[in-house]
Amino acid sequence: MKIHIPTPLRSYTGGKETVEVGGATVAATLDQLATSYPELRNHLFTAEGKLRSFVNVYLNDDDVRYLPNKEETVAAENDELTIIPSIAGGCCCNL
Amino acid sequence: MPVLTEELTTTELPKLTNDEIARYSRHLILPEVGMEGQQKLKAAKVLCVGTGGLGAPLALYLAAAGVGTIGLVDFDTVDASNLQRQVIHSTATVGMLKVDSAEIMLKGLNPHLNVVKYNTMLTSANALEIFKDFDVIADGTDNFQTRYLVNDACVLTGKPNAYGSIFRFEGQASVFGTEEGPCYRCLYPEPPPPGLVPSCAEGGVLGILPGLVGIIQATEVIKLILKIGDPLIGRLLLVDALGMSFRTLKLRKNPDCPVCGTHPTVTELIDYDQFCGVPKPTEVGPLEVAQNQAVGDLPVVDGIPQISVEAFKRKLDAKEDIFVLDVREPHEYPIANLGAPLIPVGSLEGRISELASVKDKEIIVHCRSGARSQKAAVILKNAGFSNVSNLTGGILAWAEKIDPTMPKY
Repeated sequence: MKIHIPTPLRSYTGGKETVEVGGATVAATLDQLATSYPELRNHLFTAEGKLRSFVNVYLNDDDVRYLPNKEETVAAENDELTIIPSIAGGCCCNL
Repeated sequence: MPVLTEELTTTELPKLTNDEIARYSRHLILPEVGMEGQQKLKAAKVLCVGTGGLGAPLALYLAAAGVGTIGLVDFDTVDASNLQRQVIHSTATVGMLKVDSAEIMLKGLNPHLNVVKYNTMLTSANALEIFKDFDVIADGTDNFQTRYLVNDACVLTGKPNAYGSIFRFEGQASVFGTEEGPCYRCLYPEPPPPGLVPSCAEGGVLGILPGLVGIIQATEVIKLILKIGDPLIGRLLLVDALGMSFRTLKLRKNPDCPVCGTHPTVTELIDYDQFCGVPKPTEVGPLEVAQNQAVGDLPVVDGIPQISVEAFKRKLDAKEDIFVLDVREPHEYPIANLGAPLIPVGSLEGRISELASVKDKEIIVHCRSGARSQKAAVILKNAGFSNVSNLTGGILAWAEKIDPTMPKY
């Protein structure tokens, strides 16, 4: 299925805005994403393999955290996942 | 809907002068605003936290629209590099306090406006006191600590937060902190650890993007004051400037939210530097430096010796056998460089084999300001490189102290 990659994470997907990855559930799809783009893993999952609390994942228009089966929700081929990053910018850093 | 301007009856709202009626004519003939709406705007007090990229268009449009009182919180001064997007400042006010510079532009646009200036960093010690006099808070800050501080202070004081945030070509906007809607913590319970935040230099921002998002914030502020339309309460607007696509996602109020949930555990403002895992700002200065741990003149930081640009120049002049590595991004190289080979810090681990021949040489790593190169030096040291130093202050210090003809960016 199609995964929308937010700008801050695109440097780990070779600049790609969307990535096609297969998986039976949301969790399996994200795991597959992190397997295809290993540098993403640390940004998405904790060392214990849990989705990081500051990473929001939407299955279509719904926050996965509020779906009854959460990350274990079954995902179909034509579903879309969107990763919502924490961004804090309001002007621009000077480093 | 939140109560913004106390439920004033029309008679209690401030009257408009004939000058004001002429000025706001296009609002007055719009039924959704009208005389009463314009009077509500005149009575309204809006606090803009930050007068940077977001705060600039936000405050300008609020001033133009006739918001009676605008508060400005900013500790910074105007820098030439701000003018690419911070349209509330101008070439003539470079070097001036941002709150003073902004006041000049705002009053020039609308002399009826009352500007309240807070030339300070927003902190846990002053936020509640500053917020209490305002009806709506507009968060245009640039770091996670202040984002959480503004959110919590809004929830604790019951003020809605017109939120906007940007990164490169991407923006977000929402209205947080209303009684019925979610807050910033419902969406982001915890900040990302500092190491996982993309470094600022990988950041940058398209100058017009904060204009776009700041005006969305201004629109939400006006809607909240006039109580018209559907504010972005419980919705997150995602803006992608490159694709020019706008999406809204549903946000839920988290019943377990530590601030706005049913059993809040955060009932007063906390230490937000600690919460975000960043060192306390030691002085009033750019927070970004503290956030990205730019290192000063310390001899050794995390096992990495720090070398000054003067000492570095002496080594170059003496033709010492050193290997210099630039770890900035390729697009930064043409702006200014020291002629060193380039491996961006983000790809250093993957490309470390390219440096095998210099593993035991003296290596001096540099970037723009010394923060990314410190990170890179640690990566090299951990990979077994035996003699790695970090150039303090980076190419900026070089331009400042060694080669004044080099541009600073």
